[in-house]
Amino acid sequence: MSLLRHVTAPLIANNPVTLQILGICSALAVTTSLATALTMSIALTAVLCASAAIISAIRNHIPASIRLIVQITIVAALVVVIDEFLKAYAFEISGRLSIFVGLIVTNCLVLGRAEGFAMHNPVLPSVLDGLGNGLGYSLILLVVGAIRELLGAGTLFGQSVLRTTAEGGWFEPLGLMALAPSAFFILGLLVWAIRSWWTVQNEAPDFALRTAPEAPRQ
Amino acid sequence: MASPIAAWRRFLARPNDDRVKTLGIAFLVAFCAALLVSTASVLLKPRQQAHIEAARQAQLDRMLDTLPGLRDLMLEAGVDALQTRLVNLETGSFATGIDPATFDPRAAAQDPATSIDLPPEADIAGLKRRATLAPVYLLESDGELKVIVLPVEGAGYQSTIRAYLALEADLNTIAALTIYEQGDTPGLGARITEPAWAALWPGKQIADETGEVVISVVRGQATTPYEVDGIAGATRTSNGVHNMLRFWLGPYGYGPFLETLKAEGL
Repeated sequence: MSLLRHVTAPLIANNPVTLQILGICSALAVTTSLATALTMSIALTAVLCASAAIISAIRNHIPASIRLIVQITIVAALVVVIDEFLKAYAFEISGRLSIFVGLIVTNCLVLGRAEGFAMHNPVLPSVLDGLGNGLGYSLILLVVGAIRELLGAGTLFGQSVLRTTAEGGWFEPLGLMALAPSAFFILGLLVWAIRSWWTVQNEAPDFALRTAPEAPRQ
Repeated sequence: MASPIAAWRRFLARPNDDRVKTLGIAFLVAFCAALLVSTASVLLKPRQQAHIEAARQAQLDRMLDTLPGLRDLMLEAGVDALQTRLVNLETGSFATGIDPATFDPRAAAQDPATSIDLPPEADIAGLKRRATLAPVYLLESDGELKVIVLPVEGAGYQSTIRAYLALEADLNTIAALTIYEQGDTPGLGARITEPAWAALWPGKQIADETGEVVISVVRGQATTPYEVDGIAGATRTSNGVHNMLRFWLGPYGYGPFLETLKAEGL
C-alpha cells in the first residue's frame, strides 16, 4: 500500500506541474491538440520510468562528483531512443511535436525525479515514483489539451464535437486557444481551482506585505 | 591472474570518489548510452526512411492532382504513379545501372564522389554542391512524353526552397510549380506555398523563340508569358525562386537534359 502512494501522490496532491510548476515549457507547446498532448505524455512517462529504473539500479556506484552528468547522459540516450521510435512508428505526430520530444532532456521534471528520488531509493519505488509523476504530468497535459482543442478547433482527437461555422455549424473557434498564452491562462486557472480545493497547497507568503505607515499629521 | 569477474568486483568495491572508478563509470555509462542510441537508430532507419519517402510521394501526388487532365492521362496509360528515372546532369542523358528507388539525392549532393563543386559565378541558386545524378518523374504513353516533373532547389531568404517543376510535353510550358519544403518568413516569403501563388505558374513559358531561358519572377505585374508576379514584401524569397529556376533550367541544371530530350525524345 505504501508503494502505491508513490503513484497516487503526484497525481494531484503533489502534482509536478500544478504544485511544483515543472515542465511548463512543453505543457505550453504541445497542448494545442489532444493527440500531441497524449503522445508527449506517453513519451515523457516512458523516459521518466526508464531513467528512474536505470539510475536507481546503479545509484550506489555513481561518483558524487559526476552524478549530474551521468544522469543527463542516461536521460538523453533514452530520449533519443524514444524520438527515433516516434519517427518510425508515429511519423505524422512526431513531425508536429518537432523538437519538443528532444527537449524532454531539459525537462526539469525528469532530472528532478532522478536527483531527488531515484538516487536515494531502490528500483521499485523509483519506477513507481517515475510512473506517478509521469501520470501527474500527463493528467494536466491532457486536461489543458482537451480544453484548447475543444475551444480552439471544436474537435477532440480530431473528431468534430462542436460544429464550427466553417463546417456550417454554430461554433466560432477561439483563435486565442491555438496560441501559447492560452495554455498559461488554463494552467493558472487549474492551479487556482486545485488550491482553492486543497488549501494545504497554499504556500505561506515569503514576505509579509508591509503597509506604509500613515503619514504624520501636521 | 585474477579472473575478469574478480577484477570487476574489485572495481565496484573501490570508493565512489576514487579517480579510476569515476573515469570508469563515466566511460561505461557513455559507452552503454552510445550503444543504445546507435542500435535504435540503425534498426529503425528503414522504417523512418519509408515514412519520409511516403511523405514526399504524397506531396508529388497532391501536385499531380492539381494538373488538369493528368489523372485521366494516367488512367489511359494504365499507371497509378509516375515513372522515376535518373538523369546524368553532365551528359544530359538518362543514367543506367542505378536503381532510382535506392538513390538518395540529398546524400548524393553531400558526397564528393557523386557530386561536383559549382563554380561561384554559375551557382546563382546558392547550392555550393550539386549531385551529378538527379531523379525525374515522367508520364509517357505509347513512347510519347506527356508530362515531366523536375525536382529543383535553391536558397531562399533564410531557408532552402525545394520544389517540383512540372513541364508539359513541349518541355517549354510550365504545368505546375509546387513548393514542398521551405522555411521562409511565415506570412511573407512562406506565401510561395499558397495555392493562389502556385496558380500563377501553369501556362508560363520557360524560353523564348531563340531558346534562351527567360522565365522570371518580377516585381509588380507580370506582362509577358515569361513572367510571374513576385510576392510583395518578400523580394528575396521571390528572387530565390527566380534564381532557382534559372539555375536548374540552365547549363548546370537540367538544360542539357532538356535539349537532348527535345532532340531525341524518350
